[in-house]
Formats: sequence, structure tokens, C-alpha cells
Amino acid sequence: MARTRRRNILPGFGISTGLTLGYLSLLVLIPLSAAFLRTAMGGWEHFWTTVTAPRLIASYKLTLGASLGAALINALFGLLVAWVLARYEFPGKSFVDALVDLPFALPTAVAGISLTAIYSENGWFGKPLMENFGVKVAFTPLGVLVALTFVGLPFVVRSVQPVLEDLDKETEDAARSLGATRWQTFTRVILPTVLPALLTGFALAFARAIGEYGSVVFISGNLPLRTEITPLLIITKLEQYDYAGATAIAVVMLVVSFIMLLAINLLQARSRRYQEL
Amino acid sequence: MTTFRKITALAVLLLAFSTSAFAQKQLLNVSYDPTRELYQDIGAAFAAAWKAKSGETVSTKTSHSGSGSQARAVIDGLQADVVSLALAYDIDAIAERGIIAKDWQSRLPNNSTPFTSTMVFLVRKGNPKKIKDWNDLVRPGVSVIMPNPKTSGGARWNYLAAWGYALKQNNNDENKAKEFVRALYKNVPVLDSGARGSTTTFVQRGIGDVLVGWENEAYLAVNEMGKDKFDIVVPSMSILAEPPVAVVDKVANRHGTAAVAKAYLEFLYTEQGQEIGAKRFYRPRLKSIADKYAAQFPPIKLFTINEVFGNWQNAQKKHFSDGGMFDQIYAPGS
Repeated sequence: MARTRRRNILPGFGISTGLTLGYLSLLVLIPLSAAFLRTAMGGWEHFWTTVTAPRLIASYKLTLGASLGAALINALFGLLVAWVLARYEFPGKSFVDALVDLPFALPTAVAGISLTAIYSENGWFGKPLMENFGVKVAFTPLGVLVALTFVGLPFVVRSVQPVLEDLDKETEDAARSLGATRWQTFTRVILPTVLPALLTGFALAFARAIGEYGSVVFISGNLPLRTEITPLLIITKLEQYDYAGATAIAVVMLVVSFIMLLAINLLQARSRRYQEL
Repeated sequence: MTTFRKITALAVLLLAFSTSAFAQKQLLNVSYDPTRELYQDIGAAFAAAWKAKSGETVSTKTSHSGSGSQARAVIDGLQADVVSLALAYDIDAIAERGIIAKDWQSRLPNNSTPFTSTMVFLVRKGNPKKIKDWNDLVRPGVSVIMPNPKTSGGARWNYLAAWGYALKQNNNDENKAKEFVRALYKNVPVLDSGARGSTTTFVQRGIGDVLVGWENEAYLAVNEMGKDKFDIVVPSMSILAEPPVAVVDKVANRHGTAAVAKAYLEFLYTEQGQEIGAKRFYRPRLKSIADKYAAQFPPIKLFTINEVFGNWQNAQKKHFSDGGMFDQIYAPGS
């Protein structure tokens, strides 16, 4: 037994690959192909008129725009949070560290309800924002952005933090001693190292935001053409027993998400190659 | 050996237990959102009545969610013996797939709706915006809270009530009704996905001047949140909301519960069943009970969906389908 095991560099390659493929098919591929199949049953024309309706177009813009915005905000502030957590020691650090993961664990409906309570016109933040700046957050596209930023927060922090922790302080010192300014150290030394991880975090936050439903429906107000997100329209179709229509929208979202993730993965692979050169 | 004996004993015990549980009949009533309290009371009362009549023990379980999603669950295989939903349209959708007999609505009295309800207004205490009737809701500066008719059964009743009112005010002029409904929805700052969501927005978040919704929900909000915070306003006319019930034939026949399921629904029409409904603020059909609780249900001119819209299928198609009236009033530039 032991001898056969030693002979193989990759033990059990056949079995583990088979299991992986079987597992992924069962969990991801088969349910997703069911969505495609159901859509196909509705016919091409039904598909096209469904996914190009003005309400749908408006919802794509909102969902993709707000997701992109939220992912960008998270990339920026997530990097900052990760930097602080990796580089500095301060009292209550482990508490802050745990706090970052909270949006992961919290049921999204809870997040939605709490955010709505705080940002609505009578809420703690909503009231002063309205009175002093005339800014309405809840029940506007801005509210959608807030909810999506909330749910995406942990992704960037958790992907960037370990890379920053591994980054030797000596590298920075070396850069400094060779005459680099602080800004140069950051842009030429630190950023290229964390960029792949940052892109991963960005991609995950973005993907999560596109699919988010639970927290957004509470804060968005669901006004047609203004604050309807695409997942809500899927529910709307189901409510009319239009299964083919619902899966048609689902297919569009799947394809868009897949293309986006693929593009980001390619970008990430490129930046990694660049780093190795 | 002793372990073996122990296991055998346990197995026998379990078997005996499970067969005794089998002898007990169980019903699953799949219902819409605000009927939790109602069917809890009904279940207990029916169990006692059925025991007295047949000697059988029956327990009912209930499941609650949005009417449409419950119907979909039954279509997709949820083992409901009985459905009690917000709209006939949702039961029709189940019947269309052969799970319930097509003639379900004529099998029980009153279009298979043991209780009715209607749509009323809930306003802040003292009614500061002086809201008396539907036409007050379209005034500029009045903020109205209603759920989204695309996702909520109650919201469809709201919409149809407003439409019916506008038709009657304008000699059945459809264009004027459309203008009225458009103006009404212009005053809605948030369309929650369900009726309970709208109640939360209005009651807990303090948003809006008036909530339009189920009469029984309005009473629940007033009784739970304190009579010093809200007033109920009954408009000059409204729609007779008829949430129907039906035995799910395919499932009940397979479970052998068809007879008890039918008895369960018939129990809703008895004096006892009607009184339980009235106590939960559903309008009873039975005259004796209706008279007894007359003080609780202010008289209001009610029109039915069939009078104004023909039937649910027509109403759904014309108003709530894609590109229907509701979509049109939100279309840009209109």
C-alpha cells in the first residue's frame, strides 16, 4: 500500500478528479443547465422580448452600476482596512478583525432591515443627511449602493490581508534606502504585490453584489425603472408563473457574471505574470 | 447479545410509536401571509370538533408566505392537503397544472371563500392629513404606502380597489381611471414586496401618511401597536376581497385525507368557524355572526372583482401582466 502511494507524485489523481468533476456537476453545472433548458423551452422570441424590456434594461444598469460602484469602494477601503489590520498593533484589534467578517455571517435580510432603519428619513443617519444635505439614501439607488457595499466588505479585506502580512517590511525599507519616496514605495513595491489579491477581492465583492437580493429589496423601495434590481424582476416573473421569463433573466445574469469573472481572472493572471518577470 | 436485545426492543418500540402516529391524521394547510393567527385557532377548534364527530385525531399544520410563492411551492410538489390563498388567480394556477380540479371554486359555497375582507386605510393618530377617501390619496403631498402589485396579492387588491373607485367616479371612463391610478402610485415612495413589509414601513419606520391594506392587517396593527398611534379610515367604497380555499385533490387523494380535508374547509363555514374568523377581523359570510360582530365591521359599499373586472384571469392579464396597465403607468414619458 505504502509503496504504491509513494510511486505516485499525485496520489489518487483519477479518483480526486472524478470526484471534483462529479461534485461540481451535481452542485453547479446541473442546476445551471436546468436554467438554460427552461429558458430554451420558452423560445428565442420570448427570451429576447423578456430580457430587453425597458424595466429590465433599467435594472441591469442599476444592478451592474451599483455593484461596480460598491466593489470599487470596497477595493479602496478594504485595502485600507487590510493595511491597518496587517501593519499596526492597537488595542481591540482582534475585535475589529472579527467585525470585518460580520457581513458574511449576518442573514442578508437582517442587514437590509437594519440599514433601512438607519438610512430611512426618520433613521439615525437618514434624518441628518436629509435635513442638512437634502440627500435621500433609503429607497433611492444610493441605498442600493450602501447595501451592496455592506455585503461586499469582507471579500477585499480577507483576500488582501494575508498578502500584506506576508510582505516583508524589509522590502519597504530596501525601497526607502534606495531613495524611493513613500508614494513610489507604495505604487512600485506594495501595490504590484497585492494587486492580484486585490483583484480577487474586487471580483468576489462584485459577483456577490450582482446576485444580492435579501438586503437590497428592503432598502431599494422597488420602484419600477428607478430602484428595481434584476433579481427582484426574477421574483416578479415567478409571481406571474412565467418560469421561462424568470430563467431568461437568470441566464442573462449568469452570462454577464461569468464574462465579468472571466475577464477579472485573466487580468489577475496577467498581473501575476508581470510580477514574476 | 444484550445489545442486540436492546436494539430489538428499541426497534419494536419505535415501530409501535410510528404506527400510532400513522393512525393520527395530519393536514397541511398552505396559506398566505396574514392568516397565521386565524388558522392556528381554526386548527385547534376543528381538531376538537372532528374528534367528537368521528373519533379520529387530526392535527393541522400550516405554512405561511406570499400567496404566489405558496402556489408555486404546491405546483412544485409541496404536499399540501389544503390551500387557502389570497387570490383565486393563484389557486387557478395550481388547477391549471391538474393538481386541483378545474371546478374547484364551485365546490364550496360563496365562490369557495368562507370569509371576506376589504382594503382600508390606516392613518397616523388624529388623521393630520385629513384622509377620508380614495381621492384624498392622490392629493399632492400625501405619501401613500402600498406593496408592489407585481409581487404581492394584497397589493393587487389595493390596486383593483382604487381602479374600481375611479371607474365609478368617472362613469366607467378607463382613461380617467388610469390617470387616477397613475397619480396614486406617484405618491407611493416605496413599493415593498409584500403586505407585511408595507405594514413595517408604515408602522415601524414611520414613513408615509397612509397605509392601504387588508382590513384584518389594519386591525392587527392598531391592536398590537397601540390604539393611541393609528386610526383606521374606511373609504366610501372598496373591493370585496375574497381569499379562497380549496382541497388539493391530487395530494389529499394520495394521503387518504380527502374527506377530512373537505370537512376542515366546511368547518370554516360553520357558526363556530365563522366566529373564529370574525374575532380575527375577517368578515364572516354567515348572517348570524355578521350581525353579532356588526359593530366591528363598519358598513362600506363593496364591489366584487367579477362585477368590475369580469374575473381574476382578466384582471391579471389586463393590469398586472408584462406591459399591462401597471407597467404602463410607470412607463417613462407617460
